[in-house]
Amino acid sequence: MKEKQAAVQMRNITKRFGSVLANDKCWLDIYHGEILALLGENGSGKTTMMNMLSGIYFPDEGQISINGKPVSIRSPKDAFGYGIGMIHQHFKLVDVLTAAENITLGLDEKLDLKSVSRKVREICDKYGFEVDPDQKIYDMSVSQKQTVEIVKVLYRGADILILDEPTAVLTPQETDKLFAVLRNMRDDGKAIVIITHKMHEVEDLSDRVAILRHGQFVGDMLTKETNAQEMTNMMVGHAVTLNIERPDPVNPKPRIEVKNLTVRSMDGIVKLDDVSFTANSGEILGIAGISGCGQKELLEAIAGLQPTEKGSICYITDEGKREELLGKDPLEIAEMGVALSFVPEDRLGMGLVGNMDLSDNMMLRSFRRGKGVFTDRRTPKKLAETVVQELEVNTPGVSTPVRRLSGGNVQKVLVGREISSAPTVLLTAYAVRGLDINSSYTIYDLINRQKAQGVAVIYVGEDLDVLLELSDRILVLCGGKVSGIVPGRGATKRDVGMMMTRLGGNKADE
Amino acid sequence: MNNKTKEPLFHIVKRDNLPWYHAWGIRFIAIALSLVLCALVTTITTGENPIGVFGTIISGAVGTKRRVWILLQNLAILLGISLAVTPAFKMRFWNIGAEGQVLAGSLASAACMILLGNKLPNGALIAVIVLAGVLAGAVWAVIPAIFKAKWNTNETLFTLMMNYVATQLVAYYIIIWEVPKGSGTVGIINASTEAGWFPMLGGNRYLLNVLIIAAMTIFVYFYLNYSKHGYEIAVVGESERTARYVGIKVERVIIRTLLLSGALCGLVGVLLVAGTSHTITTTLAGGQGFTAVMVSWLAKFNPIAMIFTSLLLVFMGRGASEVSTVFGLNQAFSDILTGIIIFFIIGCEFFLRYRVSFRKREKAKIAEKGGEQHV
Repeated sequence: MKEKQAAVQMRNITKRFGSVLANDKCWLDIYHGEILALLGENGSGKTTMMNMLSGIYFPDEGQISINGKPVSIRSPKDAFGYGIGMIHQHFKLVDVLTAAENITLGLDEKLDLKSVSRKVREICDKYGFEVDPDQKIYDMSVSQKQTVEIVKVLYRGADILILDEPTAVLTPQETDKLFAVLRNMRDDGKAIVIITHKMHEVEDLSDRVAILRHGQFVGDMLTKETNAQEMTNMMVGHAVTLNIERPDPVNPKPRIEVKNLTVRSMDGIVKLDDVSFTANSGEILGIAGISGCGQKELLEAIAGLQPTEKGSICYITDEGKREELLGKDPLEIAEMGVALSFVPEDRLGMGLVGNMDLSDNMMLRSFRRGKGVFTDRRTPKKLAETVVQELEVNTPGVSTPVRRLSGGNVQKVLVGREISSAPTVLLTAYAVRGLDINSSYTIYDLINRQKAQGVAVIYVGEDLDVLLELSDRILVLCGGKVSGIVPGRGATKRDVGMMMTRLGGNKADE
Repeated sequence: MNNKTKEPLFHIVKRDNLPWYHAWGIRFIAIALSLVLCALVTTITTGENPIGVFGTIISGAVGTKRRVWILLQNLAILLGISLAVTPAFKMRFWNIGAEGQVLAGSLASAACMILLGNKLPNGALIAVIVLAGVLAGAVWAVIPAIFKAKWNTNETLFTLMMNYVATQLVAYYIIIWEVPKGSGTVGIINASTEAGWFPMLGGNRYLLNVLIIAAMTIFVYFYLNYSKHGYEIAVVGESERTARYVGIKVERVIIRTLLLSGALCGLVGVLLVAGTSHTITTTLAGGQGFTAVMVSWLAKFNPIAMIFTSLLLVFMGRGASEVSTVFGLNQAFSDILTGIIIFFIIGCEFFLRYRVSFRKREKAKIAEKGGEQHV
């Protein structure tokens, strides 16, 4: 391995944002014909490192070499010149254009869509992609869009590919397909870097892992010579346990009863179709489904944020009194005495105000309390201090704007506020999306504690492994319909995956 | 390996929050540099001694007691309008209709003075004038607000158009009320009886205006920063989705805030007619509805900082017009000087947010950075 010429050598790379040190004298070697998994907690500098390689940031110090030659990458165009292509978490495609048009966008060559299509098909055949070059982007699924992004960088001649959390938005089946393609590309001699938080993917796919911690390079090793536990320990810096607890529900009683719920989007598309289920107290009800299958609408309908077409959502108190939540806004629901907490998917765009500090964000739910026209600033400040202390939020102080915190800490602030009101129902949407292992386990633990206190938890997740480990029951959505409700204990990933893609899963075959 | 190839000459790095003295230091340097450029421009284009020009600017602004009072009066009006538009701006409602809202307030108070002039006791008349002016301003602002809240129309265009409607309404009523007939102006309203005129405090015509605006500054400051309404405005401005998520009625907040914003504009309109000029013209607001946008932005929507930003603009405006008179220069010359200064003040915001690292000074900068962190 030592004699092999590294495709990319990054040496002593340092990058600062203000007083924050994102990368501190980092090293990294990337080889051709190898898949490298880049691991690290949130804020450990993985993405910053890759952004410097792809020309988005310029390093403050250090040297990058491509194939042994020192280079200076000043723009994404420079990066393409060196054969480096990055596939970002958020796709950068023009919706109204076709795949082929998006692929050639920004290139100086003469626009000849026929030859582009031919070349695209060649690339697809070579590596096993499935893309129709003439399909419009808005007609595509998330996984197809991702494929277009990958073909786009290949078309530009990239032989060093960087993928930032590519599987976050994919179903298990789509992930398998992506991995097959990546392996083909590796065998073709391309250098591939993948950033991910999912350990089983690292073990499954990569040849080598490199680990960053707090902006510093900790080490790299061959994947087959290590294991998830060792990698996690290196990422975190100390030993951690990798088990999600699942205590048995204590005295479950129906808490939320959804009946025949149908929701249409503004453009008249059916988002939820005749959905019925019951969520019990002291129980975690997992919701599985391909993204965009109505999960968001379901939670928002319960929280009073989504206009519905028909059906009913009943809240059942401990005494068995039933109250209709449908047609009420969040304020009216709270005034009815229903303690409903909601951790939405869009943390900074909905759950929190990014430009406000921690204390002001704590006030969002409670600022109306107290008489008089002025707000009480002391109680939220105390709450913020408590949350920071108990959930170990890493922040300079409670008067720091939340947008400056890293993803995991933002989520701790949001969850901390939502559970501080002693809820009886807790709705969470993708509570650990983009969070590193340590923060994720903190969140699982918090959710489990709520369950132990008798809260009815509805947990929308995307990582099937976690859903299967955490949930007492799993409701699978497929295209806005209930594909089935299965017990969490004993369900397999394959079954749930099948149910996500077709109604009823395997049973449809019989 | 240490020798880099083709490293760019400089690159730009985002700063953390600066300590306040550092920030003000940068602003001070910017103003100093702008004055140097002003001096250069003055000398090159007119041949005058720049020191003499600056002296004239200062004496023009605060040279005599009367000039100080005029400065304060102009300051009060500009600051008042700036304060009025700020709640809307904080909500990201781009109200550029202050001009029209002020005029609507002026027109309503002028109408009361003319029509009810000698029919009511003076105390009651002043109360009616204030009420009518405030109401007119509020109505002028709430119309675009309702359209925005119900149908999400573009408030910038709508409020801008409302300015022209207000101007034309004033023009129409000036013809009806003109004194003497054919002059095309209203003249001084109730010149003999002074009915509806704001009383002089301690023999001073402008003191009452200044006090009212001072009270308004304190009110807006506390309203925005400490009241429940102020908090709702901030949340709606930052993210409507967050506001809905916590049960804030966004439509209601938009309408309520614009009622307030317009009412305050209307009040300034009253001060202009009943407190200062005692007449009404189509150019009574004099573009200050637009200047106020800049004042509010420069102060980052902080009412206290607005005192300084509006003072700067009024001071330069007054001083520069004196320069054109004394040196026999075109009025446009004062605008050029004011423009240069504002350009530097706005431009220095970039240096407050970013640091420029040069290639050669890299090492020194890092040492300096390390030093700063210890402080």
